Amino acid sequence: MDLGYVSIQLFNGLVNGAFYALLSLGLAIIFGVLRVVNFAHGAVYMLGAFAAYLLLQQFDIGFWPALVLAPIGVALLGVVVERLLLRRLYGLDPLYNFLLTFGLALFLQDAMRLRFGIQGQPYPTPDELSASVSLGPVSYPVYRLFVIAFSLLICVATWYLIERTRLGMVVRAATERAELTRALGIDVDRWVTAVFAIGIGLAALAGVLAAPMRNVAPLMGSELIILTFAVVVIGGLGSIVGAVTAGFLIGVLASLGAVFNPAFENVIVFALMAVVLLVRPAGLFSSREAA
Amino acid sequence: MTRRDIALLVVGIGIALVLPRVLYSALALRIVLWALFAVSVDLLLGYGGMLSFGHAAFWGAGGYAAALLAKAYQLPFPLAALGGIAVAMALAAPIGYLAIRRRGIYFAMVTLAFAQMLFYVVNELRDLTGGENGVQGVPKILPGISLGRTSDFYYAALPLVLIGFFVAYRIVHSPFGHVLVSIRDNEARAQALGYPTQRYKLIAFVLSGGIAGLAGSLFAIGNSFASLELLHWTTSGSAVLMTVLGGMGTLWGGGVGAAIVLLLEDSLSSVTEAPGIVTGAILIAIVLGFRRGLAPALHTAAVLAWARLRAMRAAREA
Repeated sequence: MDLGYVSIQLFNGLVNGAFYALLSLGLAIIFGVLRVVNFAHGAVYMLGAFAAYLLLQQFDIGFWPALVLAPIGVALLGVVVERLLLRRLYGLDPLYNFLLTFGLALFLQDAMRLRFGIQGQPYPTPDELSASVSLGPVSYPVYRLFVIAFSLLICVATWYLIERTRLGMVVRAATERAELTRALGIDVDRWVTAVFAIGIGLAALAGVLAAPMRNVAPLMGSELIILTFAVVVIGGLGSIVGAVTAGFLIGVLASLGAVFNPAFENVIVFALMAVVLLVRPAGLFSSREAA
Repeated sequence: MTRRDIALLVVGIGIALVLPRVLYSALALRIVLWALFAVSVDLLLGYGGMLSFGHAAFWGAGGYAAALLAKAYQLPFPLAALGGIAVAMALAAPIGYLAIRRRGIYFAMVTLAFAQMLFYVVNELRDLTGGENGVQGVPKILPGISLGRTSDFYYAALPLVLIGFFVAYRIVHSPFGHVLVSIRDNEARAQALGYPTQRYKLIAFVLSGGIAGLAGSLFAIGNSFASLELLHWTTSGSAVLMTVLGGMGTLWGGGVGAAIVLLLEDSLSSVTEAPGIVTGAILIAIVLGFRRGLAPALHTAAVLAWARLRAMRAAREA
């Protein structure tokens, strides 16, 4: 077996894992406070990429400012959606919000398709990161290494925010005992919206990171979201560490599996899900069934 | 069967018989087959409380199997459809076995994921399935009868579709169906009463997969074509949309939903290439405003009209 190819696949797996991790992390924290599985998460990822693309086309704003501005813009849109739509369904069966966000995903995808066509738009790699670096026997694009490192950084920062800060404490309290937290004089609804915005922002950020690597296209998130669901079933939505670990793990395993048969890289993700369902149905990292 | 059921049955068969006369027959065929597909989803969702977001797997597996059988062996279409049902049920057994290990929203994600897995696999097995080109030139065969026109095939396939509806109706109104409803409402209680709930859920899943397989088989043969579109996750989503739109837990709601969505898409297809804007918006509106779907509203309207009629007749006689 060609060692160079294997090591390239290892890094490709980490890159895929970085996207799975950012997306499933956003799904997990939204699920944590709202009990909503956001079907539109793939569409949000697509909107993030388009936001970066439009910032460049319309206002000549480059990659680095877009990395901050696009997620904030998309997150604000998310806040409006949460306030206007999702909020009406809290307390009902979570399936209703799943259906609602599915409708939203269809709507957003086709609206963008109508405006920009099905074809992908290219987005340039930032100059600072456009080189390749040699890693032992092979050379590898710097930008992809940056994606791995940056998403790891964001995942750790989010973990710190939720697990180690006062804001996180409020959010965790509101997740477990919303009534009691309210009784202590904390405005739970405001924090719920804030956490939703963070989850949406993470998906949009993943979209901006994807823009220079993958074409910016209306359907770019439509298959990724289903792969992310498989990751979420494997890792469980109950923990941040679980979501991130499962994301990277599955990205790497699928890419290494693709060394043997490149056609079945995505199939491996679902096969892993089947194995986990057989062996540990509640998910690898969850301590309790959170159905 | 109550009198109401018989009345509904007569109305339903009447509509099915005149449909190709009112609409063009290809659209009529689409409507009855998608209605059967939606009914298979409703069987699980409305009666078992299981939201399958992966029913395209069984619709598509049935479609591909029937298309390949009909093409390779020049089989009459009812036999090819039987093969499609068998393949769909054989696939539903392992998928169902794994999926029922999770509940609620996870169940939806697991079924969605396995259907997508099948999509990738079928796409890769190009030698058998034709990959992106699909299976083309599928013959419509019924010994002694020419099925050249779509309306011929419609009437030839209609008995099979009605059998599919009848099977769903029988399942729901059998002791098995009642246990299924009790599992939906309170699984722990059903378990405590001694019912092997997992086995019931699995059987329901496989039966539902078989019905979806029948609908998909006829759909592929009717179109002379099986394509990856059959297996796409938006296909699963459309079936769920129709069920929810019509009203889950009613069976016939799926038919109402299928008719509305397909008529709408048909009239919109000349206006826009992006029907998702409309269907997505409908789904959002339904979930926010009419969670029980349109079927209960139609039912209430019918009951009110009937009461009004009787009051008028009573007034005239008095």
